[in-house]
Amino acid sequence: MEHRALFRRGRLSRPAYPNVNGLPVTPRIASLLFDGFAYGMLLFVLSVGLSVTLGMMNFVNLAHGSFAMIGGYTTVTLMRSWDWPFFATLPVAFLMAAAMAVVLERIVYRRLYGASDLDQALLTIGIVFMSIASAAYIFGTTQQPIEMPAYIRGRVEIGDFSFGVYRIFLVCAALVITAVLVLGLDYTRFGARIRAAVDNQRMARGLGINVDWIFAVTFAIGSGLAGLGGALAIEVVGLDPNFALKYLVFMLIVVAVGGMASIRGAFITAAMLGIIDMFSKYYVPEVGAFVLYAVMVGLLVWRPAGLFARR
Amino acid sequence: MSETAIPSSIQAAPASPAATPVDPSSFLRDKVRWRWFETVFWLATLLPFFVAETYLILASQIAITALFAVSLDLIVGYSGLVSLGHAVFFGFGAYIAGLLSKHGWGEPLTGLLVATAGATVLGYLISFIIARITHFALIMVTLGLCLLMFELANKAHWLTGGDDGLQGMSMWPIFGIFDFDLYGYTAYAYSLIGLFLSFLVIRRIINSPFGLSLRGMRENVRRMPAIGASIKRRIQVIYTISAGFAGLAGGLLAQTTQFVALDALSFQRSAETLVMLILGGAGQLYGGIIGAMLFLVARDQLAGMNPQFWYFWLGLLLVVVIVFLPNGILGSLAKLTSRSRRKP
Repeated sequence: MEHRALFRRGRLSRPAYPNVNGLPVTPRIASLLFDGFAYGMLLFVLSVGLSVTLGMMNFVNLAHGSFAMIGGYTTVTLMRSWDWPFFATLPVAFLMAAAMAVVLERIVYRRLYGASDLDQALLTIGIVFMSIASAAYIFGTTQQPIEMPAYIRGRVEIGDFSFGVYRIFLVCAALVITAVLVLGLDYTRFGARIRAAVDNQRMARGLGINVDWIFAVTFAIGSGLAGLGGALAIEVVGLDPNFALKYLVFMLIVVAVGGMASIRGAFITAAMLGIIDMFSKYYVPEVGAFVLYAVMVGLLVWRPAGLFARR
Repeated sequence: MSETAIPSSIQAAPASPAATPVDPSSFLRDKVRWRWFETVFWLATLLPFFVAETYLILASQIAITALFAVSLDLIVGYSGLVSLGHAVFFGFGAYIAGLLSKHGWGEPLTGLLVATAGATVLGYLISFIIARITHFALIMVTLGLCLLMFELANKAHWLTGGDDGLQGMSMWPIFGIFDFDLYGYTAYAYSLIGLFLSFLVIRRIINSPFGLSLRGMRENVRRMPAIGASIKRRIQVIYTISAGFAGLAGGLLAQTTQFVALDALSFQRSAETLVMLILGGAGQLYGGIIGAMLFLVARDQLAGMNPQFWYFWLGLLLVVVIVFLPNGILGSLAKLTSRSRRKP
């Protein structure tokens, strides 16, 4: 009964945790930890772009989940209609989301850079509503399963421990992305400009940095990463038109708790969030998302700028 | 640069009172005065009794939603705070009124009073959190509280009925005379009186010195403490008042429909009400009412449409209003009339 209600609400569209009931305690916890971490890495890829957008332009972009959804549907369409292999669709998912972000940024977002939080939030909620309706119109409201290649579906057994191959891939991908982002931000000229724009936008402009252009590119990369995350997420949490709203909350938690424009903060928060969510779903499913929201509100009241804020 | 700007603003100050009264109390007295179109508007709200009897239920929904939107206007439009979770108080009031009636106390007026009081207390408690934080954290906390309450009501199946809604309410007649009928005569009269009386109170609050200080807070958060007005205190007071009126609206909904759906607490309700407010015009007093009327009539007319398409048009409307009509319909109208008045 309880679970049926959850399924109907779409919270647990698919059980995100593996079947670990038969395992002894230690491997079970290790397995949950690992899967939670992998799930957290997925959340990190989904939300890191939002963190930079908010930190840099102070733009409350609630439509970030919609970009993730674009990536997901791109992968589904390419695999179904053109028989593309899964990995080949990932760059396209990235590019589609990035392209869409650039178009929207140029047409709509640009007009609201100086506007109030509320206006920005409402505008982007409007875009979320439109994207959900469009996805439902084009693809239907049902889940969109995809057929994963065989070599990535299995599990790796190491002694008593067993890990899903796909989740190992997720973790590796997220670590590579994190490394690229951190190194890019710290050691390239473009990264230095981004940091300058985040720290003091007016000063950066005064030094001749084209902040608008930097922002457009950063926004495109961040949204592209969301698109990539959306494609990667299909196998773990499924894909339906409500994806844009359902995972928006998770993305916002990562950004809000991790602190703005902090890749390290987003990484740690996402990992913790994934692990907490996995454990609470497994051990106390009746509590549901309640703990998550309570923790988020508590943390934000305690430290409004985020747990890992630099300021 | 700034040295030249300061004297010009000082010079500008004595120049403007030629158009508006200098004395703040006479300015407020002028605001409090009833205009002819307000009388016409409130008389027009009686029309559904005579010309659209089949739409009385809808009219009652509109009156309740309008009250909710106006209560939201107090914090969003007048105080410049953001809230994505105002449905918390609406739903809380609705559940209090519903539970009272379900467990044997079906008297409407006292039930409504308890619902309002409950929501006010909850608002007061939450206002301590709200007054501490700003900006993005505020958006997230209001959203988080809304989701939290929704989950709580969803899980507390034994109390609220969870997903199936709260059933089994039975309301007694108002004053022991007016029974809630099937066609909605009593329901609309009851909701309309609730809306009108609340509106009078809210109108008075807005046009008081306190209301003026709220607008000052909206215009410049930093300057208000500089002239000796504490921000936190004001945020707490207005948030508590606003929560009370939202609870009143929720109680009205529960009593007139004799059912509370989980939806009363949902984020969608918060968002939709914000849409109505923005559409009508935030900080315009009548903005919430006009917005609720347009929104609910449109949804009623388009009811045959697939809900997904409804959401598409809702989203488009939101984008268009935000980008092209920043002050909503009423704000744009006011700008038009003031421009035409200034020309001759």
